[in-house]
Amino acid sequence: MNGKLNDILKQLLERCAVSMDASVCGAAACEVPSGFFSDAGKILKAAGFRLAAEWASDETLFGRGFGVYAAYIEGRDHIVIKSLLPPDDPAFPTLTRHFPAAYRMERQIASLMGLKPDGHPDPRPWIRHEDWPEGVFPLRKSFDGTKPLGRVEGTYRWVSAEGEGVFEIPVGPVHAGIIEPGHFRFQAVGEDIINLEEKLGYVHKGIEKRFEALGWEEAARLAARVSGDSTVAHAIAFCMAVEAASGCVPPPRAGHLRAIMLERERITNHLGDIGAICNDIAFTFLHCQFATLRERVLRTNRKVFGHRLMMDGIALGGVAADLSDDAFVAIIDDLHVLSIEFERLVRIYEDNPSVEDRIYGAGVLEPDAAKALGVVGFTARASGQRLDARIENPFPPYDKFPPTVPALSSGDVHARAWVRVEEVRESSRLIRELIREMPEGSVRAGWSGPLSGLSGFSVVEGWRGEIIYWVQCAPGGGINRCMVRDPSTMNWVALEQAVKGNIVPDFPLCNKSFNQSYSGHDL
Amino acid sequence: MLKILHQIFRTGIVTEPLDPAEEAKVTLAGAGLEKAVRKRFRRSAAIRLVDAGSCNGCELEISATCNPVYDAERFGISFTASPRFADILLVTGPVSRNMEVPLRRTYDAMPSPKLVVAVGDCGYNGGVFGSSYASLGGVGSVLSVDAYIHGCPPTPSDILNGLLRVIEG
Repeated sequence: MNGKLNDILKQLLERCAVSMDASVCGAAACEVPSGFFSDAGKILKAAGFRLAAEWASDETLFGRGFGVYAAYIEGRDHIVIKSLLPPDDPAFPTLTRHFPAAYRMERQIASLMGLKPDGHPDPRPWIRHEDWPEGVFPLRKSFDGTKPLGRVEGTYRWVSAEGEGVFEIPVGPVHAGIIEPGHFRFQAVGEDIINLEEKLGYVHKGIEKRFEALGWEEAARLAARVSGDSTVAHAIAFCMAVEAASGCVPPPRAGHLRAIMLERERITNHLGDIGAICNDIAFTFLHCQFATLRERVLRTNRKVFGHRLMMDGIALGGVAADLSDDAFVAIIDDLHVLSIEFERLVRIYEDNPSVEDRIYGAGVLEPDAAKALGVVGFTARASGQRLDARIENPFPPYDKFPPTVPALSSGDVHARAWVRVEEVRESSRLIRELIREMPEGSVRAGWSGPLSGLSGFSVVEGWRGEIIYWVQCAPGGGINRCMVRDPSTMNWVALEQAVKGNIVPDFPLCNKSFNQSYSGHDL
Repeated sequence: MLKILHQIFRTGIVTEPLDPAEEAKVTLAGAGLEKAVRKRFRRSAAIRLVDAGSCNGCELEISATCNPVYDAERFGISFTASPRFADILLVTGPVSRNMEVPLRRTYDAMPSPKLVVAVGDCGYNGGVFGSSYASLGGVGSVLSVDAYIHGCPPTPSDILNGLLRVIEG
């Protein structure tokens, strides 16, 4: 533990009893009395930390009540603060007053685990829809997750606006295109959006509960399907958390192969997104060009990794299969063609006044707002926040091969597109370097399940941003709780802020520039 | 403008013939439609997609069927925003509890005759998500399904081959 964390511990100790929690592997962790859960957050905020995740765990199998956890990150410092709550009438002081990012995470804790965030400004449920029966909390151990839930009558209390000329536009959950479901409700005057409210949870399929019923290998398969476009990143994050708790270190060659897959996933998604942004401003030509380029990368994936999206390529202890020298040659050749084509397309994109007209100044997320909301990933980097888990939590091989992280400050659609352009270039460079410096040796370490009660914490930079997992091992093996924090959990709320004052017809463009995961958010 | 034209000529036509060697992994399940109706769907099938709880993997590959390489439109297959114009309801994912009602409503909004096609292993039996408080399992638990296209996710060729088999009987 370094000086800064020591300093914070000292400040905490002046206020309350603090004990270090050695059961958490992968981050420093300490336990504070539940009454000081929020005060600890305040101290960490003053020290420049941001709230990265907040979750709860039912720990009755360990003979205690509930645990409520918050993870804070500042640069390379990661700290988890935990409080224990009694099994009957569990409540904790809200973090929302210090961190807006806690707003939905605490609603989710209340909805799915039944812990009360005292002082939270919004008692409405989240993920849990209005037709769920009262008093059921799926993440509690007492809840049988295999039985269907009934349906009851209920209504959702929307934020509303009144006044002359104000009208509402409900959109979804089924959207016009080939995309995931969610509901957006706009209040507009003429074409100008005065407020957007999201209602999500439509693709909630009980992933976190499901983890608890699966063996470790099956759980890794499930992690690879939390969000299909980030299958590699989620699988790595899950495996890293479990490996941290079981003291397993994947061989260096596996680290390189994981990183190559992670960077290829970044390239594929960014290519698709830049094209889709062009599509939303009716520049179909570039949409087709980028889609063709993306298809090329997917085909090489299939040839090299056996799957277009590289699903199940990551395994506990390393990767599922080694690559031959021919495979590396195929990847390098592919990158060569990709880079030349990509630069041609980027020049067309840059030189087009119609593109400029639509993307500059649209959907602005101000740097201050991005910071206050705790936004992560390329969305943060487009709004002046140079955050990247490959730098802040440099897991191998990024400790030896750090990426150059681009950051822009305009926070508009252009910035979010341009950060992606820079990242495609940087990922291509990284892949070349990783292949050039490829270590020899095995690709999978021997692996055994973690000890009961230990938990692993991991942070991985997927293409969308920082993914966090916390996996707690149950008494007798297996998973007691697997917390998944997709970057979209932090970033959805930023979209509501970014579209204010834009016109309704620009919403699809703004939304596409964020391209968030519904499945990763709803779990 | 010159750069665009240059790029268009350089690219040429990238659309490939659909690879029939890739046997479509399809299970035909429902009664389907009469041959005469299918004949009308052929070369003009409008599809409404509903993600009923998928991980988004199937959506990526369904979108890819519309890219220039696969070009679904050359087979007369198009995706429509409104269920009112749709002939085929394409469903992905295990059906989440929270999407059951919107899925049923979309189906009801479609004119008859219509086909229901489930895409992906989750649409078949719930896949890795199974059946739980939040997941109703496969699409067959909610709607009568005419065909399943298997895969996790199925490739764009799998999806196109599957759709063509469903339409052509």
